[in-house]
Amino acid sequence: MPSTTNNTTAGTFKAFLLRLVRRQIFIPVAALLILVLFNLIADPSFFAITLDQNSAGDPVFSGYLITILNNASELAILAIGMTLVTSASGGQDISVGSAIAIAGSVVLRVLCGTNSRPETLQAPIIVAFLVCCVVAMLFGAFNGILVSVFKIQPMVATLILFTAGRSIAAWINNNELPIISEVSFGYYGNFIPGIPIPTPIFIAVACMLVIALVLKFTNLGLYAQSVGINAEASRLNGINPTWIKFITYVILGLCVAVAGFIKVSRFSTLNYSVIAKDIEMDAILAVALGGNALSGGKFNMPASILGAYVIQFLTTTLFKFNVVSSALPAYKAIVVIVLVVLSAPLVRDKIAEVWKKIAPVKAVKEAN
Amino acid sequence: MSLFNKARKNLSDTNLLLAITIVVFFVMYACAVLFLGSGFLKPQTFFNILNENAALIILSCGMSLVMITGGIDISVGMVTALVCMSCAVHLDHNGGSVPTAILLALFIGLMFGLVQGSLIAFLEIQPFIVTLAGMFFAKGMTTIVNATQFNVEHEAFKALKATRITVPGMGSVNKLGNYVPAYVEIGVIVALIVVVLLFILLKWVKLGRNFYAVGGNNQSANMLGINVKRTKFLAHLLCGLLAGIGGFVYFLHVGSGSPSHASGAEMNAIASSIIGGTMLTGGVGNIIGTFFGVLSLSTIKNIVSSLGLDEAWWTNITVAAMICLFLVIQSVVLSRKNKDKL
Repeated sequence: MPSTTNNTTAGTFKAFLLRLVRRQIFIPVAALLILVLFNLIADPSFFAITLDQNSAGDPVFSGYLITILNNASELAILAIGMTLVTSASGGQDISVGSAIAIAGSVVLRVLCGTNSRPETLQAPIIVAFLVCCVVAMLFGAFNGILVSVFKIQPMVATLILFTAGRSIAAWINNNELPIISEVSFGYYGNFIPGIPIPTPIFIAVACMLVIALVLKFTNLGLYAQSVGINAEASRLNGINPTWIKFITYVILGLCVAVAGFIKVSRFSTLNYSVIAKDIEMDAILAVALGGNALSGGKFNMPASILGAYVIQFLTTTLFKFNVVSSALPAYKAIVVIVLVVLSAPLVRDKIAEVWKKIAPVKAVKEAN
Repeated sequence: MSLFNKARKNLSDTNLLLAITIVVFFVMYACAVLFLGSGFLKPQTFFNILNENAALIILSCGMSLVMITGGIDISVGMVTALVCMSCAVHLDHNGGSVPTAILLALFIGLMFGLVQGSLIAFLEIQPFIVTLAGMFFAKGMTTIVNATQFNVEHEAFKALKATRITVPGMGSVNKLGNYVPAYVEIGVIVALIVVVLLFILLKWVKLGRNFYAVGGNNQSANMLGINVKRTKFLAHLLCGLLAGIGGFVYFLHVGSGSPSHASGAEMNAIASSIIGGTMLTGGVGNIIGTFFGVLSLSTIKNIVSSLGLDEAWWTNITVAAMICLFLVIQSVVLSRKNKDKL
């Protein structure tokens, strides 16, 4: 009976394929695969990784793939917090870009004191990082209180910090742009001497590990999803929706602090008006690309993080093909539209219908 | 106090929030007159606020429409920039005329409304993502059309831009002792017409009432026999069209094309709508409120700049504080009102 076994294997394979397509993580993976294929066909040297020497004379890996992994670090870290916020509160935090400006300027303020061109650091770097974490979490808590206690829609509540954030950042440093000349501060955004892989990649991986452990060993993920699906029902089941929503915003604040610290360390300075500009849009896009409903509820953390890398992959690909950086958004928009249209439930159902219509015909043919 | 309570019970959510907005605007303006001297008493100061914000009024009206239906459109600012740049290139480099430039502006706005509206309404994709893509697209297209800023030298357009309509009975005596009549630009007239038309639409036309019904509760609107998808589509279409009109009015005011035009206008429009008492959850809102929202927003900016706090960051911080204040007021008032009902 070779034909029947063949048929069943084909059937299970088809079922497997169908299951795979239905999986949430399929969207970012498919998008990534399309981008990889495109680059393979257009120019395989895209994937070349070489061992070069950087300006300090240390051997470092360079290549487009490393650039993607490196530059997507902040976005991936933000995507973690944004996914939780989206899931629990059914809305997005649009103030992360401004909050990064604040976090960055706090770091500079602590490290430089009142002197804008310090010879030596005024405080240990770890202190600056901790202070920046506390401040960013406070701003996260501010957003969180507006959303959870006052029940203001997240986008509107975070609009406040979105408007004021960069101004507060400028105010923290008296409108000056301090520059840190200390070399060791640059380690966190660039390379640690002797290690050929950019440090932000390690930081991003560490953040992912932490969130994976948190989701595995605490109820945070479950509670956030249940609050997002039905806050009233969760309350009746003994979950405090106000607290859960609040805590997700504080976690996002922590993510912002880490991302801001990396951003400042990359350049050893920051420009309030342009640092992390539009990164909130990219972070929300990462969540959406991960197939998560922006109206809250169930989420898939790996898919969101992968979404962040897809966005960076796309950006780097476009840069490679000499697209002017200011024209970049137009191409990004087209890709986004294609992706969301393909992943829209209505379109997917239509595709599944068509698929079903084709599939039985094939099965009959195979049986004959 | 009992009178206040009675009034509060009789007012609908929309009217209550509208009343708060209007009262706050007048109190703020009165404070400005009292503490900052006669500058704010001159009619021209008020009309200048209108002149500078005619485009924002139109954009905010469109934003209120989609917010009432429960959607959002964050592409309007960049569509404005795209309209400015396209019209500028059309007039100066391609030898176009003013009427065709107006048509071009309307066409761009309409196309954005059409595409975004159909994606949101018929494919049921989240409005935020669709209009975010629209924003990116418009932003990129603006620099693809032309990457640098330039002033338009078209004669007929410059004449139109310089046209000033004097307001009868309003005016002030300047330092030389001459009487200077107050004036408004053409854009203000357009903005006022838009406000009136939309007010009528939302108040007395079936489509306008459908907007509220869909925004208030999708399902019950559907059960009432309202075509929810079509209503949402029309709201976004109208918003796109208004972005086109607003874009041309903005162009008429600045007279140049630049990729950095109207950056952040979408957030200003959202902020104005919120201050005007429109809620992002949908179903609540008023065009007159939005109008006063824009006025409040720009009055506070004027106050900040005339206080001598020149740094741009003070403006942002005050505006943010004001949005915060309004949100908390709205939240508290509405929750107390809902408690009364129970």
